[in-house]
Amino acid sequence: MAEKNMVEAIHDAMFEEMKRDDRIIVMGEDVGEGGVFRATDGFVAEFGEERCMDTPLAESCIVGAAIGASLNGIIPIAEIQFADFSHPAFDQLVSEAARLHYRSNGTWSCPIVVRTPYGSGIHGGPYHSQSIEAFYAHVPGLKVICVASPYDAKGLLKSAIRDPNPVVFLEHKKAYRAFRQEIPDGDYTIPIGQAETKREGSDISLITYGMMTHHSLKAAETLEQEDGTSVEVIDLRTVSPWDKERVLGSVKKTGKALIVYEDNITGGFGAEVAATIAQDAFDYLDGPVTRVASPDVPISPYSGILEEYILPNPEKIAEAIRKLAAY
Amino acid sequence: MVSVKEITGAEGLSRDQLLDLYYKMLLARTVGQRERMLNRMGKGPFAVTGEGHEALQVGTAYPLKPGHDWIVPYYRDIGVALTIGQTPLDLLLAHLSREGDISSGGRNMPSHFSDPRLHIVSGSAPVATHFPHAAGIALASKLRGLDELSVCYTGDGGTSTGDCHEAMNFAGVHKLPVIFVIENNQYAISVHVRKQFAVEDISIRAEGYGFPGVTVDGNDVLAVYAAMKEAVDRARRGDGATLIEGKTYRLVPHTSDDDDRRYRSREEVEEWTGKDPLVRYRNWLKENDVADEAKLDSLHEHAAREVDEATEQAEKAPTPKPESALDHVLIEERLAG
Repeated sequence: MAEKNMVEAIHDAMFEEMKRDDRIIVMGEDVGEGGVFRATDGFVAEFGEERCMDTPLAESCIVGAAIGASLNGIIPIAEIQFADFSHPAFDQLVSEAARLHYRSNGTWSCPIVVRTPYGSGIHGGPYHSQSIEAFYAHVPGLKVICVASPYDAKGLLKSAIRDPNPVVFLEHKKAYRAFRQEIPDGDYTIPIGQAETKREGSDISLITYGMMTHHSLKAAETLEQEDGTSVEVIDLRTVSPWDKERVLGSVKKTGKALIVYEDNITGGFGAEVAATIAQDAFDYLDGPVTRVASPDVPISPYSGILEEYILPNPEKIAEAIRKLAAY
Repeated sequence: MVSVKEITGAEGLSRDQLLDLYYKMLLARTVGQRERMLNRMGKGPFAVTGEGHEALQVGTAYPLKPGHDWIVPYYRDIGVALTIGQTPLDLLLAHLSREGDISSGGRNMPSHFSDPRLHIVSGSAPVATHFPHAAGIALASKLRGLDELSVCYTGDGGTSTGDCHEAMNFAGVHKLPVIFVIENNQYAISVHVRKQFAVEDISIRAEGYGFPGVTVDGNDVLAVYAAMKEAVDRARRGDGATLIEGKTYRLVPHTSDDDDRRYRSREEVEEWTGKDPLVRYRNWLKENDVADEAKLDSLHEHAAREVDEATEQAEKAPTPKPESALDHVLIEERLAG
């Protein structure tokens, strides 16, 4: 066991997988030098420039060339430097990677992983802060993972690399170095599509993912201590496919659902979770399915004061829990 | 431009190969015409074909190794697909969306050719998104030490996209074994090349990517073959990419849903009909004593018969099961270690 932060865990996942299988390559901007977040530190020394390839500054081509290479026996991990810069590759992900297997009647497949740092809270301004999971969770043919802890990141990244489908792997950048966690020695994976109950509770089910998991756990502690309210916190970890069974099971137990996500509230992934709960757990509900998310402004302003005002935080989440608990 | 007058011989092709080239062109023409006919009969909802492009398509596909080299085509490439090894039946099953459609099982529009056994890669409809795929495939060939090359096709309009530029730049940087073929028929639906780019020959862009570019008379199958052969040899030697622009003209509307009378004068279409690559090559074959009138007529009959038989068979094929629409969204099993 060793304590690792999330970037180190991601580094190790890729490093170990590339040692295991020489079909795997990493490609992206600045990855040769180690990457702006250092996720590929030392990769060129170990694997050479061909397997840790600096690409021209062209996101569509990074993903498109990864798709092409995947058709011809290579398993590429494409790094997009910030999720905000993945939009030029939207066409490649949506029109190509996601549809290739389907449109060819199952005769072609596209085993790529597109890794990218996402999320706010680091003074990134409107172009180093976006949450993009809802775009891709809407597209059949892609898997979408959101991680914000070292243990989950390593286990899920390994699963993503071994998955025969295209996977969008979103790493919350505020969590990269925010905390360390014990990581087991040796190989382990976490199944894609499996949520984790990070905290057991009986009064309210709080469903979240990404950095909001940490904020939600803080809020839940506060409520336990100050109000005696018992909040169950579920981290989805994967938004496509997502673990409906675990979420519905929890809501049927507690009768109340609070969904917390960092993205803009309208059309965010939490809206899908809310709709599913409303439809499939209606008879069990004892309060309105409630969402805490960012208001519909372009996330997020550069100024710390403005950013803090926009983003959900433990205090805002605690307030929503109180309101729902009192219902 | 390489003109037909400079071609003294047959580019090293045997008599049988010269006739095979002609037959492939004929077959492409016949399949295209048949698809448009089936569309007008109300049997296929949509047709996009390449009449007029046959010299360019067959001439560029002919020097390749089918099933070894990679084809990343666009929607007009009936001649490419047939030369590499798809059959008229394959294309007509796709046209009618029948069971057994190898390209897509009735999911993609017709002329979105795909066949993993032949290394023909499934494409989409957004234009030129497949360019980075061709570069990526070639990158994989290079990383794996394989002597394959990949060939990527699009029209003149496709050259304006970011993906086209990004992929050519990537191919140049990594000196990839990829050939970009531009079928410049002078119109992107209704938009004339004068509004598409400000240069006479799009092939000059290759210099900006660090590899050779050449413009050929796209209606001269032997000139096209010669240019392609050189590009293929270059790629196999490990000397990188080539951009080939063939200037041609589509003799039909963009698709079955297009009325080209709105944007092309009948005089212009008439003029290019006089430059029909099939007629031109037929004349060359006769003038050079490769075949006589009777032999060439027999090839026409043979192509018509082959397409008739394929049509009959395709029309008899069952439609896909409705519930198959839910298949193949994701692969369930894990990658083989």
